[in-house]
Amino acid sequence: MATEAHPLVHEAPQGFVWKYIFSKDHKVIGIQYLLLAMVSVVIGMYLSVLMRFHLAWPNAKLPFSDDIMTSEHYLALMTMHGTIMVFFVLTTAPQSGFGNYFLPIQIGAADMAFPTLNMLSFWFTFVSLMVMVAAFFVTGGAPISGWTAYAPLSALGEIAGPGLGLGQTLWIFSLAIFCGASLMGSLNFITTTLDLRARGMSLMRMPLTVWAWFITAILMLLAFAVLLAAGVLLLLDRLAATSFFIPGGLVVSDQLIAHQGGSPLLWQHLLWFFGHPEVYIAILPGMGIVSHVISCFSRKPIFGYRAMVYALFAIALLGLMVWGHHMFVSGMSPYSAFAFSLLTMCIGVPSAIKTFNWIGTLWGGKIRFTTAMLFAIGFVSVFISGGLGGIFLAQPTVDIFLHDTYFVVGHFHLTMGVAAIFGMFAGTYFWFPKMFGRFMNESLGKLHFWISFIGIYAIFMPMHFIGLAGHPRRYADTTGVDFLAEMNPVHLFITIVALVTVGVQIVFFLNFFWSMRKGKKAEINPWHATTLEWTVSSPPPHDNFAGRPPTIYRGAYEYSVPGAPQDYSPQHVPEGVSAPVSDR
Amino acid sequence: MAEAHTQAVTASLWGGGVRPYAMGSKKLGMWLFIIADALTFSILILAYAYIRLASPDWPKPFAFSPAILGATLMTFFLLSSSLTMVMAVAAAHRQEHKRAVRYLLLTMLGGIAFIVLHTREWLHLIHDGVRPFANPYGAAMFGGTFFGLTGMHMLHVTIGVVYLGIVAYGFGTKKFKSEDIEVCGLYWHFVDLVWMFIFPLVYLLSVKP
Repeated sequence: MATEAHPLVHEAPQGFVWKYIFSKDHKVIGIQYLLLAMVSVVIGMYLSVLMRFHLAWPNAKLPFSDDIMTSEHYLALMTMHGTIMVFFVLTTAPQSGFGNYFLPIQIGAADMAFPTLNMLSFWFTFVSLMVMVAAFFVTGGAPISGWTAYAPLSALGEIAGPGLGLGQTLWIFSLAIFCGASLMGSLNFITTTLDLRARGMSLMRMPLTVWAWFITAILMLLAFAVLLAAGVLLLLDRLAATSFFIPGGLVVSDQLIAHQGGSPLLWQHLLWFFGHPEVYIAILPGMGIVSHVISCFSRKPIFGYRAMVYALFAIALLGLMVWGHHMFVSGMSPYSAFAFSLLTMCIGVPSAIKTFNWIGTLWGGKIRFTTAMLFAIGFVSVFISGGLGGIFLAQPTVDIFLHDTYFVVGHFHLTMGVAAIFGMFAGTYFWFPKMFGRFMNESLGKLHFWISFIGIYAIFMPMHFIGLAGHPRRYADTTGVDFLAEMNPVHLFITIVALVTVGVQIVFFLNFFWSMRKGKKAEINPWHATTLEWTVSSPPPHDNFAGRPPTIYRGAYEYSVPGAPQDYSPQHVPEGVSAPVSDR
Repeated sequence: MAEAHTQAVTASLWGGGVRPYAMGSKKLGMWLFIIADALTFSILILAYAYIRLASPDWPKPFAFSPAILGATLMTFFLLSSSLTMVMAVAAAHRQEHKRAVRYLLLTMLGGIAFIVLHTREWLHLIHDGVRPFANPYGAAMFGGTFFGLTGMHMLHVTIGVVYLGIVAYGFGTKKFKSEDIEVCGLYWHFVDLVWMFIFPLVYLLSVKP
């Protein structure tokens, strides 16, 4: 017996504060998340520019400052760049931002299952970001232990270095709050997807975006629970003087540390048990968006819909079992390394299934090269290039050499960083007309795409090569080491390209905010797409379907159906009806 | 025939427009929370096991009396409170508001008894010189794992007592539905279940020989 899923009723809010600040409307919350991610990405990008500047000209004063950057300062920037990008951009925008906005609409629901929890989730994230940024301004500054906060460096407190006092404590608190936010968000996503699908929206008729958000939510539910426990233990080490992650007999700055009994490896296991799923949390929503966009602009059904769903599940499941591949040099048993290595390379299979299916969808399609489509294809390209580096790193023998080199930096920036960002750009250009009723400027968009696309390859490909040549990561200054100094021209090249690539992101931001007001007006379904978000007005009303939830008659990607009156058959149009209701 | 029937049922369950698990969204949400929270506790227990196995001189300080007797009494109170919670849910589903609230208050009482006994035990240990970073018995991390694990659990019990209070008030004033009691019950039983892991792993494995 099943209970009826009543459409959620909560009144449209009145007044600015309840409408735009403490809103329970999933669309407003989605945009709040996107704006938060935009602010974070600007901060994160600024930090990376400062680092690139220092790497290219290690002895030059920073712009607008009388100081030459110290190594500690560099490490603090690196830590915060990584943390802010991973948590507040890559986790926040594709899942919580786009997911919040479009998941309920795409399954025909009026809102998320728990609107209040949704609002709380956003404000927890906001507080978390504030606490994280506050770490810059306390005594000692931001932590220098990297986004992975490896113990014992992160567990010892001030004695271990600047920023490892209050800065590191704030860092952990911030992440603990973030864990709370993502717990609320993920159980909301899962419940909404299972419970609130409109009549006829069976699981295998859901858009692949919904599948991706759903599976990502499951990963978040499991992974962040582990990070929370790890964070609690690290806090105990720092605040209650326990020794979960601190071994006995440690000497730091000529001082014997009083702790004993703990294991730094325990931290690595816990961190990576969260950390590896985290990279899939960042990339899966992008995969969903890219499937969605490529199918629409190829005017073809997605190739192998079911295979795409199963591949998402396979990636998520394998992703939970491969954390050890980050620890090949930790002294683990070669047998464990063998198992982790084998499982890691297995991820290549579902990833390849997805890649070939994207190419299969493009094959013979009537491709429309919109900016969204360019970014989607760019995603596939970058994901393959970055992913191939993963095959190298998955093998313990190769990884022992490549570990902690720029090869790793290049690899993960391409796969989980740039690919995920390209997924977000594809989503932004694609859904902008729905969110704001106007198009983004396509010419500026294409300029943005081409310079970004060439730029990121020119930045991250050379990193692979200097990594192969043995260049370690996290070095603030390479001039003091002979064989590294020889690679300085490469750093100079990367920095110049990075400045240009960052510059072109300004074009994106200008385009975004200008188009909100002045962009070309868009009709309800400008791309002639099939899914439900294109059946409601732009922007959609408060409860999405004005109290009349749609009925769904077909799969998500019925493009160019033989015998159909036009080359797209929307999900809410029954067989044999000549034109979509909304377009009549 | 039977197969066609099964197909029709599954199609209607998963075909959209209904909640496939035949329960309210809040209940599903609580189950998901429990999955996540169970993982958090698992990690704390795993860290305890890891540290304990890595320490050669792990202390076994709990004498049968008073420590194990006390912990058994705490277990008894917590288990009894689970029983009264079941009665509260049953009464709530029969719409017997007064009876349900009475059982909820009894459940709270069980929780409070647990907290009082547990706090007494903590104070006792602290008085004996057990600290998160040191103790008179042996491996320094004994205190850290003990206070960390039982402290996290006690935090959950305390939140549970407050939660029970809110639900009892809401159901008494007929603002909440019987399912809200059931959802609260899920949480309470879960917290109880966690204790059923902590009791043997923390106490019984450390009985004074």
